[in-house]
Amino acid sequence: MATTTTTVPSASPVAGSRSFLSRLREGDEIARMITFLFAASVVLVTLLLVFELWQGSVLARHKFGFSFFRTSVWDPIFDQFGALPFIYGTLVTAGVSLVIAVPLGIGAAIFLAELAPARLSDALEFFIDLLAAVPSVIYGLLGVFIVVPLMRDYLQPALKNTLGFLPLFQGPAYGIGFLTAGIVLAIMVIPYIISVSREVLLSVPRDQREAALSLGSTRWEATWKVVVPFARGGIMGSIFLALARALGETMAVTMVIGNNPIVSASLFSPGYSIAAVIANELTEATSDLHYQSLIELGLVLFILTFVLNGLARLLIVATSQRGAGMGNA
Amino acid sequence: MLTMTGVCALISVSVLFFILGYLVYHGGTSISWNFFTKLPAPVGETGGGMANAIIGSGKLLLLATLFGVPIGFFGAIYLAEFSGGTTAFVVRYAADLLNGVPSIVIGIFAYSLAVLPFKHFSTLAGGFALGLMMIPITLRSTEEFLRSVPKALREAAMALGASKWKTITSVIVPAAYRGILTAILLAFARVAGETAPLLFTAFGNRFWSNGWNQPTASLPAMIYTYAIAPYDDWHRQAWAAGLVLLGLILIINIVARAILSRGIAVPRA
Repeated sequence: MATTTTTVPSASPVAGSRSFLSRLREGDEIARMITFLFAASVVLVTLLLVFELWQGSVLARHKFGFSFFRTSVWDPIFDQFGALPFIYGTLVTAGVSLVIAVPLGIGAAIFLAELAPARLSDALEFFIDLLAAVPSVIYGLLGVFIVVPLMRDYLQPALKNTLGFLPLFQGPAYGIGFLTAGIVLAIMVIPYIISVSREVLLSVPRDQREAALSLGSTRWEATWKVVVPFARGGIMGSIFLALARALGETMAVTMVIGNNPIVSASLFSPGYSIAAVIANELTEATSDLHYQSLIELGLVLFILTFVLNGLARLLIVATSQRGAGMGNA
Repeated sequence: MLTMTGVCALISVSVLFFILGYLVYHGGTSISWNFFTKLPAPVGETGGGMANAIIGSGKLLLLATLFGVPIGFFGAIYLAEFSGGTTAFVVRYAADLLNGVPSIVIGIFAYSLAVLPFKHFSTLAGGFALGLMMIPITLRSTEEFLRSVPKALREAAMALGASKWKTITSVIVPAAYRGILTAILLAFARVAGETAPLLFTAFGNRFWSNGWNQPTASLPAMIYTYAIAPYDDWHRQAWAAGLVLLGLILIINIVARAILSRGIAVPRA
């Protein structure tokens, strides 16, 4: 039996040179293939999702072309669909939310990263992570029963009396509308901005701070003129993440925006958003064109969040690597 | 200026306590034994509960876990242990993409794939939609934790003659199990509160849903329906449901973090 020919494959001591068959017997090759199938299915599902959105909206895309984004008639009875009010509502509510959430979130992140003692910072971060875990329908519930009455009875009349000369703050105070949706969204995205910005600020190398302080700058100057500019990219990333979340948010917005396709300069006016109209009409779409127009809106939302998330990730990774690189130097 | 940043932090964190306080106050006064044991009362009558929605949510989450966790878990093993650079990049990219997709778009996808062809809403379709959302979270964090297992452990197992698969199942995964468990729990908590995809898939139901092929009620969808309805009694029940749902999600989150903070039980030699 023992021949003089080359070694039997399975007897080879080096793992790398074992033959396919021996690895198959030990289960490695099978395991690799099975786990590969699972990993591949993730790619497959994602591709299928993009394909469904693209293929599912083909009628609407061909019929309306770019006028879909410019016209504001949404009439299922006459099969006329223009998405302007929804796009407008989505952008305005997301914009309002950022105006509120960015200063608050970044301020809080600076506090947590630069000022607070490590234990306090970690404890607060824990609560902020919990805040990020609160489901959107709960924010909607609080929006409907707390924010809307507050807006109607106090904030909107107050804004009208003080800043009423601006077109932004005119019209009747219903409570629901762009401003309310924006405020609820702001509450929802603040935890994201804080969490990511804090991480990025913490990754700024220590020497940067010490150099600024040793040149005689105050603590605030060191933070605002050295640390924050260093982390600028990552902070922008956190804002893009928040924006992507705000654009795609469905439940909380649907519950407080008023669901009325209006393009109005007034933030008090009820409006509609892309996600809200999909949530309300998809299962009740009367015609193929109606259904496909809704899917096209979904496609728009997908592309927007895809681009924003991609940008955000790039910025955050670039900033933390810059910090790590300098730290090692 | 520095104190201003403290004020910002204070405002942001106090929102959580405000939400909790308000929910406990309103939900606590409306919650009762009936809430957990009775079906919803017919429209116009007061009383009743959400027993069917609680069971429905449980069934949906079970399906989602059965669908999403294996794909995420085994996919992560492939990424961390077997894959080369390009494949890993593609899979990771797809997972990140899927993670960023708004839940309403996941809903459209599940609707066109699991509802339209069968011409009816079902628990299965809802579980599919939620499971899809669990995949990327499970995958990415499991991979991180598998990678954080010290290289020395792998080499020790290999040196003893264990095959790669044996090394993974008996050394690497056990070493990272706390992290993996945390990842799964967090993914579970995240989809437990998802509402938008359920509107198109599990739909809703005011009665018991038998089997897996019928539309079913779920807590998040019930909160939505009840909160925007014009009845005071429904509003009270929405608060109660909100309290139960948020309590569940926060407890899972806290437990997950507690498991992780005890550290990965690996001797780092």
